[in-house]
Amino acid sequence: MKKNIVLGVIGADCHAVGNKILDHAFTEAGFEVINIGVLSSQEDFINAAIETSASAILVSSLYGHGEIDCRGLREKCEEAGLKDILLYAGGNLVVGKQEWGPVEKRFKDMGFNRVYAPGTSPEMGIRDLKEDLKIA
Amino acid sequence: MNALLLIDFGSTYTKLTAVDIDNEEIISSSKSLTTVDTDIMIGFRNAYRTIEEKCKGKNVQFNEKLACSSAAGGLKMVAIGLVPDLTAEAAKRAALGAGSRILQVYSHQLTLREVRDIIQKKPDIILLAGGTDGGDKDCITYNAKMIAMNIKDVPVVVAGNKNASDDIEEMFESQGVYYRIVDNVMPKLNILNVDPARDAIREIFMKKIVEAKGMRGAEEYINGILMPTPAAVLNAAKVLADGTDTEEGIGDLVVVDIGGATTDIHSIADGEPTRAGVMLTGLQEPYVKRTVEGDLGMRVSAESLWQAVATRKIKKYAPDLKYNVEERCHYLAQNVSEVPQNYDEIEFDEALSMVATEVAMERHVGKIEDVYTPMGKIYTQVGKDLLNVKYLIGTGGVLAYSKNPEKILKAGLFSEDNPKYLKPIEPKLLIDRSYILSVMGLMAVKYPDKAIRMMKKYLINLQ
Repeated sequence: MKKNIVLGVIGADCHAVGNKILDHAFTEAGFEVINIGVLSSQEDFINAAIETSASAILVSSLYGHGEIDCRGLREKCEEAGLKDILLYAGGNLVVGKQEWGPVEKRFKDMGFNRVYAPGTSPEMGIRDLKEDLKIA
Repeated sequence: MNALLLIDFGSTYTKLTAVDIDNEEIISSSKSLTTVDTDIMIGFRNAYRTIEEKCKGKNVQFNEKLACSSAAGGLKMVAIGLVPDLTAEAAKRAALGAGSRILQVYSHQLTLREVRDIIQKKPDIILLAGGTDGGDKDCITYNAKMIAMNIKDVPVVVAGNKNASDDIEEMFESQGVYYRIVDNVMPKLNILNVDPARDAIREIFMKKIVEAKGMRGAEEYINGILMPTPAAVLNAAKVLADGTDTEEGIGDLVVVDIGGATTDIHSIADGEPTRAGVMLTGLQEPYVKRTVEGDLGMRVSAESLWQAVATRKIKKYAPDLKYNVEERCHYLAQNVSEVPQNYDEIEFDEALSMVATEVAMERHVGKIEDVYTPMGKIYTQVGKDLLNVKYLIGTGGVLAYSKNPEKILKAGLFSEDNPKYLKPIEPKLLIDRSYILSVMGLMAVKYPDKAIRMMKKYLINLQ
């Protein structure tokens, strides 16, 4: 059975190109992508994941507000009954050129399972997701 | 004369107010020490005799008697939710809005250690929440089971995920727990719905708690309405702000209630951002909001007040203080019935009350934070923006008897030194000199128009 994943760009961010690329890549790789598009609130991600019994939420953010926009997402997932859902985040998550290590740690502390630096190829995310979901 | 007797069973004093219902005037008032240890009606009768004396020759007929109570510790609750910032916080706000004192808030699955802790704290009611509707139901079901198995004698209000209610109902029925199931305090993520839980809490307070606090005699004597005193104050604030169909309200307002043990702040305002370009974040705020600061008080909590704010801050309001602040606070906490007599004692009490007002307001109102982004600086707001509320009303002993209530209330206003706190900038200041706010909340349940007009008349404008 195909695994459902929710994909979208969070907050007041309307960068659509990366979103299309990810949609294409993950669909090609065999996932059922529920793409909620740009300008999506945390609630939109969660509602879509509940409705579709998704196994992962993939959050993109390009405009540098990623940290504010993603804060509290894990807690809300818990409240909504999405206990074991995987949370991934990637893009230009923070303002300016910051050292990657501490940024990754901040997102992990917020409850994200995987965090991707700017410029990561979609293949890496696909490989990780398959590994995390234990599918070949 | 058609009169109404309004009764406030306080933890120290039982206060009676006789109201001429036709002319909307206070006929007289009296107070006597509350006798909760023996029979609460003894203190009441003492106060009642005084008021009869005062009303002699006026042909006063008390057709109705309404009461509120904070005697015997008031209404004490614990709140249980799932995630601390979400349903646990929502449950806490619902309980505070029902006029209760929160002993503790618990989140996630209860451990046996926590269950023992709850038993030991002896709450009057447990508020059990957790999960949005259709969301997580394992946690609330687990916690209901822990309660059903271990704490059978405390009434429970269940206000969590609706999908768990069937299981919980079955469990509580089979274990003989007294419970009420109401709508979820957080039906959807970040959406608050505290009214149903609040109503259920008040109903149980009337039915069960009143009796347990030795007020059975009182219940027979009064006619129906009985609520926790803070709930009555909140009710008064709400009708005064909103008005009714036929009587206009005065608009958004904040009430500062400084007591011996706690400082309560009530706000009636939606608290939306008033400045341009501010993003609102965090849990939705209740329109009718009450916060209680258990560490800020004039007597019982004088020492914790000192610990919370440091000497420097107290001295800011009273630079020429002779006292050692720590020693004086310790003394006041040990001597809770101390009434200040001379200039120094009054000055010290005023400084304490100003600090209590300042800090309690800081904790009640929303905060602005700067966030730097590629597009420049933006602002986020957590909590209520109360910059533009029209009125700030002071109540409670220290304010009612003070010669400088204006000075004390002003300590709670917006300050350029600390602009991130969204406190009122230039509200009109009102003072509850005749101590009527709580009893007007009672009266407003049946006679809202009359109560609003009386509050407009008896709350004194300080400017």
